[in-house]
Amino acid sequence: MTMGKKTKTVKLINIDLEKCNGCRACEMICSAFHASEKYSSNNPARSRIRMIRRPLEDIYLPVYAGEYTAAECMGRDKYIIDGREYDECDFCRASCPSRDAFKEPDSGLPLKCDMCEDDPPQEEPLCVKWCLSDALTYEVREEEVEDGEVEEKQEDLTQEEMERSIKALADKYGLDKVANSMARLLKKE
Amino acid sequence: MRYAETGYNLEIDLSSGNIEKVQTDPALTELHLGGLGTNARILWDRVPPETDPLAPENLLIFGTGLLAGTPAPGANRTIVTTYSPQTLLMAYSMMGGFFAPELKYAGYDKVIFSGRSPELVYIWINNDKVEIRDASHLQGKGVVETEELIKQELEDQDVQVASIGLAGENSVYYASVEHARSSASRAGIGAVMGSKNLKAVAVRGTKDVNIARPGNFIELCNEVLGYIQWRADNPVQHVPPILAGLGSPQEMAIHDEAWHTTAFSWGNARYRRKEFWTEEVEDEWSSVQDGAVQRLISCYNCPMKCGAIIAYPTLELSKYMMKCYSKLTYVMGAMVDNLDFGFRIAGLAQGYGVDSYTAPQVMAFAIELYENGILTDEDLPNFPPDSEGRFFYLLEKIVHREGIGDVLANGVYWAARQIGNGAEDYDSNTIKKHEQIPIKLGMLNPIFFLMHSTGEKINITQIEGQLPQAPFPNKEDREEFVKDWFQAPSENIKDFFVKWEPRGEYAFPYFPDFQTACELVEWQETMHYIDDTTGICAGLSSFPIKPPYHIHNLPALISAGTGLDIDKGELWDKIIKRNRCLLRAINTRRGLRRKDDKPPEDHWKKRFPEHEAKLLDEYYKFKGWNSEGIPTRETLRSLDLDHVGEDLEKRGIYDNGQKDEDS
Repeated sequence: MTMGKKTKTVKLINIDLEKCNGCRACEMICSAFHASEKYSSNNPARSRIRMIRRPLEDIYLPVYAGEYTAAECMGRDKYIIDGREYDECDFCRASCPSRDAFKEPDSGLPLKCDMCEDDPPQEEPLCVKWCLSDALTYEVREEEVEDGEVEEKQEDLTQEEMERSIKALADKYGLDKVANSMARLLKKE
Repeated sequence: MRYAETGYNLEIDLSSGNIEKVQTDPALTELHLGGLGTNARILWDRVPPETDPLAPENLLIFGTGLLAGTPAPGANRTIVTTYSPQTLLMAYSMMGGFFAPELKYAGYDKVIFSGRSPELVYIWINNDKVEIRDASHLQGKGVVETEELIKQELEDQDVQVASIGLAGENSVYYASVEHARSSASRAGIGAVMGSKNLKAVAVRGTKDVNIARPGNFIELCNEVLGYIQWRADNPVQHVPPILAGLGSPQEMAIHDEAWHTTAFSWGNARYRRKEFWTEEVEDEWSSVQDGAVQRLISCYNCPMKCGAIIAYPTLELSKYMMKCYSKLTYVMGAMVDNLDFGFRIAGLAQGYGVDSYTAPQVMAFAIELYENGILTDEDLPNFPPDSEGRFFYLLEKIVHREGIGDVLANGVYWAARQIGNGAEDYDSNTIKKHEQIPIKLGMLNPIFFLMHSTGEKINITQIEGQLPQAPFPNKEDREEFVKDWFQAPSENIKDFFVKWEPRGEYAFPYFPDFQTACELVEWQETMHYIDDTTGICAGLSSFPIKPPYHIHNLPALISAGTGLDIDKGELWDKIIKRNRCLLRAINTRRGLRRKDDKPPEDHWKKRFPEHEAKLLDEYYKFKGWNSEGIPTRETLRSLDLDHVGEDLEKRGIYDNGQKDEDS
């Protein structure tokens, strides 16, 4: 083993559009799993996977919530694949100001797929488990990377998620207002 | 907080335009659960029995199943309830798809329409914002186009739409309500919607559906999913391939149609073609089907793929979504050997919004009348010489209610009587004025006799289920079958199945004994009634053999979802029996009596009138009904429905030649 190399775990969901039956179980179970008390409610609008579904155009496209972005892209993409015309931004994972997707319906805060990280861990993300059509399949592999590139551990994920939300609030209301609110909350504590 | 249900109904008076969000009484959920149960209760409480189904006073209720929108796989059904213009009884057609979950997410258990709009309108339900919108630009539009236009207008592709086509607008008595790949087709619900000048209901919701005992509920759901996966690899043996798996019969995926084409009747439920299914037919039909089916598709939160997107160049209209059996009904009704015709006319008919079960039978009936000189060239000007052409011709006449189409639009029963001249003799396949499955058999089947006769849904596929339709010839196979048949409700029913033989002492019509026959019928019916309250699709529950949902896990699932504590006894003997008797009472109040509880004359060649009468007597007794098939006052009282019994008594219904024995 070469010095300075480490392995990192890559978690991958393969998406086979031809196998999707458009049932939206992925959205349902995602929102149920992430409810606070798990499974106590479900609401596809809170899901971190979104089914873009236009049956008569034969468009069945599951998309996962990725990074939050404060600004729209400079340009947009429109894909045409085998004659199917996808809408602008359909393939994009970002929670972004140009659209409603991947935002909590109540707060407007951004959502991001966390691969159902859990303690004890789930065997596979629940959208994959509930997809009996095998449109979604799960793969884990180890990759060698330079030392120092290994991503932060799971404990940091909660922190990351919180900071992402604060950043979104700051983008929406301005950092000053958010800081003032925090200060008021601290006082009450 | 309310669990599984939202606790709110949306009341829309189309005459005044008044819209109200009304909190519902949790006590009614405890009594009737949701879906069909509470729909029936509303109909009983609010619509007087003398109401004309097409009058503004009739209600049209879109009720979600109690578990629709929860994680329970396949819980997605909308139960649409009203009085039927065709049967004049209660109609409760149902549809799958995505409508019920979306309505729940918008915050409603039901939408209840009353009155009649002065102009054609559609309803837009967007969470708490509800609008009545002009639909004049949608007048005459097909259902697929209507859905697309509404989505464009609302600038939201995730909106779910239920709509009627021209047939509904013209109050054809078998007009359907169409939604995505599903439809509430039976008994003319689309005609009632048309009579209210309601073209469509569009809904979008982004709220939560809550679960009372989440850990318990999800565990049960996971078991259901696991069993669905297991069943995919373990089809039931000794039954036709189309019945071996789960879901609705897999008409879109499976090519082998030997069973439907050779066991069911063609034309006006007349001819069996036992030799029809040959290798050449199979090859040709398979290639037509493969060319037509673009993708197999599902309803909300269901892994079964019972539907398909149908797309190919010779379609009269655009692409459409098809389910189940409609690919065959027009083919067999028209006596055409060509599956391509089936896909083409079904697409056109679905666009117009007619029931693909009834419509082909009405057309076949009209052709018989023409061939026998009862309808003439005067009634059918320029009637094409070929069957395909005639079906397309008749479809247009019917949905436009043009010429003879205005009569045929009322279905076989009413058309036969309006045409007269002996036409009644060709009304050979209706029960309670409604077209039935075109199947004609040899020996009386006592179980199916009771289901056909007494089933309030008036459609056998929504009454039967779970029991193989014929005995397995080998005893070893029967013993093997019951080994993992944990879905059976009792040992008695397993014993019946092991004993049941194609002929001899343990064969129809005198086997099984009355008690077992009654138990078998009640079990099958009860399972459907449970599904009709929960909104779980029959395709995963009451219909297929060895389903993932059954009487031993449903009480726990309903309890975990709602927070009510319901065991098997409470569910079967109280709630479902209550709903069953309430439905019977509703129809009794609309005039249903023993004389109406009968299958078509020629349904079986070998009939046994005395034995049949005894079967009916025993079954009524078993249900707590009197000899006229009316729930007795005592039965109703024991089910907390004394006010129902009191109403029947006040109306003198118990006095009409039949004393109520138990009170």
